Amino acid sequence: MASLRCFLRSGRNAVSVVLRREFHKTSPASVQVTVRDALNQAMDEELERDERVFLLGEEVAQYDGAYKVSRGLWKKYGDKRIIDTPITEMGFTGIAVGAAMAGLRPICEFMTFNFSMQAIDQVINSAAKTYYMSAGRQSVPIVFRGPNGASAGVAAQHSQCFAAWYGHCPGLKVVSPWNAEDARGLLKAAIRDDNPVVFLENELMYGVAFEMSEEAQSKDFTIPIGKAKVERQGTHVSLVTHSRYVSHCLDAAVVLAKDGIECEVVNLRTIRPLDIETIEASVMKTNHLVTVEGGWPQFGVGAEICAKIMEGPAFNYLDAPATRVTGVDIPMPYAKILEDNSVPQIKDIIFSVKKTLNV
Amino acid sequence: MQNMLTLISNVFRGTATKNVLLIRLSEHVDLTSPPASATPRQPPKPPPGAMAVVSARSYADFTQQASFDIKKCDIHRLESGPPVVAELTRDQGLQYYRTMNTMRRMELKADQLYKQKIIRGFCHLYDGQEACAVGIEAGINLSDHLITAYRAHGYTYTRGVPVKEIMAELTGRKGGVAKGKGGSMHMYAEHFYGGNGIVGAQVPLGAGIALACQYQGNNQVCVTLYGDGAANQGQIFESYNMAALWKLPCIFICENNKYGMGTSVERASASTDYYKRGDFIPGIRVDGMDLLCVREATKFAADHCRAGKGPILMELQTYRYHGHSMSDPGVSYRTREEIQEVRSKSDPISTLKDRMLNNNMASVEEFKEIDVEIRKEIEEAAQFATSDPEPPLEDLCDHIFYNEPPIEVRGIHPWSKLKSVS
Repeated sequence: MASLRCFLRSGRNAVSVVLRREFHKTSPASVQVTVRDALNQAMDEELERDERVFLLGEEVAQYDGAYKVSRGLWKKYGDKRIIDTPITEMGFTGIAVGAAMAGLRPICEFMTFNFSMQAIDQVINSAAKTYYMSAGRQSVPIVFRGPNGASAGVAAQHSQCFAAWYGHCPGLKVVSPWNAEDARGLLKAAIRDDNPVVFLENELMYGVAFEMSEEAQSKDFTIPIGKAKVERQGTHVSLVTHSRYVSHCLDAAVVLAKDGIECEVVNLRTIRPLDIETIEASVMKTNHLVTVEGGWPQFGVGAEICAKIMEGPAFNYLDAPATRVTGVDIPMPYAKILEDNSVPQIKDIIFSVKKTLNV
Repeated sequence: MQNMLTLISNVFRGTATKNVLLIRLSEHVDLTSPPASATPRQPPKPPPGAMAVVSARSYADFTQQASFDIKKCDIHRLESGPPVVAELTRDQGLQYYRTMNTMRRMELKADQLYKQKIIRGFCHLYDGQEACAVGIEAGINLSDHLITAYRAHGYTYTRGVPVKEIMAELTGRKGGVAKGKGGSMHMYAEHFYGGNGIVGAQVPLGAGIALACQYQGNNQVCVTLYGDGAANQGQIFESYNMAALWKLPCIFICENNKYGMGTSVERASASTDYYKRGDFIPGIRVDGMDLLCVREATKFAADHCRAGKGPILMELQTYRYHGHSMSDPGVSYRTREEIQEVRSKSDPISTLKDRMLNNNMASVEEFKEIDVEIRKEIEEAAQFATSDPEPPLEDLCDHIFYNEPPIEVRGIHPWSKLKSVS
């Protein structure tokens, strides 16, 4: 465990170089911003805006963040607002929740969401359920954030996706940004939200740069939690996905377009509450549904989408059963060839789309 | 002459007099469901005074204040402990007596209602431990914060929730303090964070509340309670570490009632010196059956925290008469003789009453009057709790999120679309 944490702390993002998207001409007022910097700026601005906001977690202060997401914040805001904790997730998560109950607005960072399992009782039983149990007397304005899902070569205990686990629970909002604009707008919205928000980042996306519009750069730019975004219009199939796999779906769509298949790519942005209306509208247009996620198939995000589609008007518009593209139902292996074949690749999405369309 | 003395006595006693027989009930007991109150709750007020006086004893007859020797506390990592002498005024004594007795009767009434199946689920009763809740509250202010585990009815009362709202919550009615949605273990009030069902989870929460106090610089402290059963939880040690590291104004209090459910402390803990378990945190072991001892220790602890010295730990040695919960008769792991012995020798209410009587601070009649009033209050609260309607089904999904427009919630089947308001 200690040696693994050393690895994580090295701050290497060699893998993200592979994923770096091609630079294209940016329009005058927009800039290229990495997801990491977008998160950093969002936190910086919210810390400045509201003195009740503070950040706590392992290595967030003097180390500048295990993944450098909180770089520079301790230097700017000091010990009171940026707090390094001991390696005691259950304890510091409970402390963060208690602080939220008593009037502060904490951002509780998990070095990865795998470690949140040690603290999951505090997230669910102390944070998520309290407003309901108290019949509206006690609110818990807190954000739990950190990298979620598979990384590169970190093996089984460090690669789990928790979207379905947290997405299961009433009282929580669960958010999964994809690009820099998502990261910025959703994190600001999450911090300003008066309820517990689980904010699932992705380590492999931290170093990826995206164009950010001038509007998105404004200090009050927020993205509403609970609304999905259609990233690419299409007519033949709806690819519904979240986080890193939005990139995969967009890349697959480019390849499929050469075969005359136009994919509509829906970026969920929020896992809970799920924006089923946007998905339904898309399915009613394309008549085909393929969900794409990194997590395991059983009881997953894709499973929930399929179930919801069956319960609504879009079912009658399906020309084929919905398809789920997911991670393989195994603990994550280490060897590169095994790991690569444990999560959806672009070729898997292309294959699944063609099978669903029966071409 | 008698009337003049009575007048003078009423003036001096102010509103804290208990020397009354008749009370205006409508001022004291509100039988309608209260609206959600935005104002902070006040401590339970005794009924208004200045009605007919029954007792012939008057002001000049009673001792107004006395000093009592209290047990010296064992200390850990402290140069000195709380004082060994406590002052008690007549008014304070009568107030403490009333509060503890109300708590006692409330718990016994809950026992009755549970056996009648009007209260369901979990019900963990506090009788025997009254000195802890009342002593702690006497040592802090209402502006301080308090959080405890599931044996919480007593603290809910001392933190300002009226008896009838507690009982209506136990019976699951809309007049309950959590509108019937929380039940026995989930009652909240201003600066009172429940009522927590997961053993030990409340301790990091309490340390977090203390962090908020420190952060906001408001000179408040957080009293964080847990039991001897919870004392071995890892997250408590995690909380000790961070509280000490960051010097949080947190008073950790272990209510050691000798049994964690059915397991005696000797069978659960390698070290039963709970006041020392904080290791680097100073600790005090307190006689939890003596309200004055608890009060003095709490004041000492609060001063320690407010002086910026960091957290402190108190172990209150106390006892519960009931079993762990209503489904536990409480005699399979301890003897009836033991329970009886504690009741006869160390009962907190009797201890206080005897002290006051022996020092001529109050009369037997006065205590009897208070008992009668309390009995009435509890009866009426129980009446309310059994007659108030259950929460309406339309409210089923409310209070999922705070400060949100209404959302749709999925019901039992796809055709059931329910609404949730903030």
